[in-house]
Amino acid sequence: MMKGNVWIAGGGVISGIGRDLGECMASFEAMRPGMAYMQHLRSAHAQTFPVVEVKAGNEELAAIAGMPAHWSRTALLSRIAAQEAWERSGLGNIADYRAGFVSANTVGGMDKTEDFMEAFLANPSKGKLRKVAHHECGAVTELVADAMGIRHHVSTISTACSSGANALMYGARMIRAGMLDVVIAGGTDALTRFTLNGFNTLMILDQQHCRPFDDTRTGLNLGEGAGYVVLVSDAVAEKTQPWCRLAGFANANDAYHQTASSPDGIGNFLAMKGALEMGGLQPEDIGYINLHGTGTQNNDSSEGLAISRLFGNGVPPASSTKSFTGHTLGASGGIEAVFSAWALREGIVYPNANFSVQMKELAFSPVTAFSRGNGLRNVMSNSFGFGGNCSSLVFSKE
Amino acid sequence: MQAFIQGTGCVSAQDSQVFPGEIRHYDGDRLPVADPDYKQWIDIKQIRRMGRAIKMGVAASHMSLEAAGIKSPDAIIMGTAYGCLADTGVFLQKLVSQHEDMLTPTAFIQSTHNTVAGQIALLLGCHAYNNTFVHRAFSLENALQDSLLMLAEDPSRKILAGATDEITEYSHTILRRFGLYKNASTAALQRSGTPGTMAGEGAAFFVLASGKDDKSLAQLTAVDMLYRPASEQETADRLLDFLRRNGLEPKDISLLLSGRNGDVTSDRYYGTVESRLFESTPVAAFKHFCGEYPTASAFAVWMAAGCLHRGAVPQEAMVKGDAPAAPARILVWNHHQGTHHSFILLEKC
Amino acid sequence: MQDLKEQIIQQLNLQEVKPEDIGDDQPLFKEGLGLDSIDALELIVLLQQHHNIRIAKPEDGPNIFYSVRTMAEYITAEKAKQA
Repeated sequence: MMKGNVWIAGGGVISGIGRDLGECMASFEAMRPGMAYMQHLRSAHAQTFPVVEVKAGNEELAAIAGMPAHWSRTALLSRIAAQEAWERSGLGNIADYRAGFVSANTVGGMDKTEDFMEAFLANPSKGKLRKVAHHECGAVTELVADAMGIRHHVSTISTACSSGANALMYGARMIRAGMLDVVIAGGTDALTRFTLNGFNTLMILDQQHCRPFDDTRTGLNLGEGAGYVVLVSDAVAEKTQPWCRLAGFANANDAYHQTASSPDGIGNFLAMKGALEMGGLQPEDIGYINLHGTGTQNNDSSEGLAISRLFGNGVPPASSTKSFTGHTLGASGGIEAVFSAWALREGIVYPNANFSVQMKELAFSPVTAFSRGNGLRNVMSNSFGFGGNCSSLVFSKE
Repeated sequence: MQAFIQGTGCVSAQDSQVFPGEIRHYDGDRLPVADPDYKQWIDIKQIRRMGRAIKMGVAASHMSLEAAGIKSPDAIIMGTAYGCLADTGVFLQKLVSQHEDMLTPTAFIQSTHNTVAGQIALLLGCHAYNNTFVHRAFSLENALQDSLLMLAEDPSRKILAGATDEITEYSHTILRRFGLYKNASTAALQRSGTPGTMAGEGAAFFVLASGKDDKSLAQLTAVDMLYRPASEQETADRLLDFLRRNGLEPKDISLLLSGRNGDVTSDRYYGTVESRLFESTPVAAFKHFCGEYPTASAFAVWMAAGCLHRGAVPQEAMVKGDAPAAPARILVWNHHQGTHHSFILLEKC
Repeated sequence: MQDLKEQIIQQLNLQEVKPEDIGDDQPLFKEGLGLDSIDALELIVLLQQHHNIRIAKPEDGPNIFYSVRTMAEYITAEKAKQA
């Protein structure tokens, strides 16, 4: 029943460093991270915390997405990245396939719910209902599935910051079970006051630009965006030139604390190890790791120690692209899957911005320069989150 | 790949133990969960932070693991449409009223949709696969489908799967403004013939395994979902196709357990398809026991497993025909506002 | 210190704990009252809300929140600074 390979036929991304994959690549190459004070989100903390917003208002995004501007920004971002992913796959009319859309997000249409609540709390009969009509995570996914013309399978996953990676896994497993031919899988999240204030209560937001895997790091910067890959079966892959193969993946739980990672990163370790095992790979086969690398004391230490345990003295080039995009939460697993798959196709290793001081507990440090022409065979992408949810993906050249 | 249900746990408006021996009736526009004493399953230090969606989910999961005799499962897979609404509401209310100042972390931490599955893993010390589906009336269905895939990939696994959703004052007020509910009595809900239904909430969990043994209560044969069918005819065609893929015809179904909820438009949809496929099949309902919510199908699976295991269907569940004695096959068909249809096939084992 | 104990119980929703159950010098965390890092963040907000004291660095928490007495002493010292 479970057979065959799953290929990446295309990918699309919108983030605070670019409205499509090409713009994002240009930002990496020019060492241009996207942190700035917020222009679009309305918050009391606007001048306190830098964020990585997509540099466009809702009207502009809606015009690109072909959707009404009053819909959740999360749906607008999702539609733009999913459309780019599909177009890059070159697979033609989506109606010709048994197609699925597996999209992750963490707070659904919360950006609109926040507005609604101001009126509603003052008077429960007030507040425009259209603002909460798409509150549910699944409602956001459906707006995009409907716009894309996808009906065979539509689902939404929410496992905090690992959500997007789990969407790829579920999509791949449905293809291997013969249920679907193609799946657009990834995640989306717009910045909201809800998440900004939530992370602030945990005191893990950096007031400067975040410094992942740097000894002086003091927290993360929130970002927003969406990223999707097009997963296809062997049969569909024959019609196109896939970027690479999704060779391994694993999901494990840290089971240590609701929000913090265990000091030795047991969940991280199990996820990375499981992904390698599924791919039939050894640690030395990995040519680049796209780190979870949020920039919090806790994550980078746990992730770094788990990597050291698995890779020993042979840690491959590694970097956190969150030093450019910020932490895009439910979108991050999808965005970083696109970056990882593209890295493999183009031989790119991404830089880790703002690194200067080596972490004492680690023997390795992140890559700080953009490079092309690397002979990569296999790339790993890590996504870890609240609730102990840890996921790793491995992409292979063939 | 089919699965065997090795243990179940349910927290609902009905009694977790004596249903259907004793059926509780409600009047009004909602069926609240009769909260059990959660300290039976959860340490008091943990309870202090938990909203009801979390408590219900953790309690139901513990009941199912105990019944199955499993300490730690090989996967924890959850569905929740709304997530942890109480904590979301608390954090939003403070965010607005305190103008983003002096907010506390607990409500935010507890508000994330994966809190329930994460808490279950944390309390069990379980490092296994852990996933949460948050897709409206497909949340439980995807959790079950993911479980069936997990068992197909490795038949030695024991999987904990389930769903939880809660009503809060905010959510109920808002959903009522959408015109979803009416004041009614559960005893007469299925015959009301007017627009609107009664709100519900609850959690149900199942331990699933690929092999049958003396713990097995029922077989979970197949799950399918149908999104936005164009017409009742398309739904009927897909339902027939679902049965045939499992080697069955409509006449092989002992009982159709439908998601009828007393809303005249919604119930007419069931009626139309029933008249095309299930003219002579007895039809039962479950939403007058648990209320309407996107993961109510979890209650239906719990009820169906119980009926198959005991070999009896409560007469109070019936909306067409007589309660079948010793049913062999129950088809759960639930739809949510005509857009989300799920088919779940269970069999006696 | 009685007031402070009541504030702690309320802020942390310590069900079935009474102020007299908390010793003045009893450690609040781990083997003492059993609080954890999330509670520490809650206590930081408690100081802000009830005593108008802001702690910028969460890593200062363990010393300030060691016991009810250390918390009370910290509040007294900070208020003296403010005055």
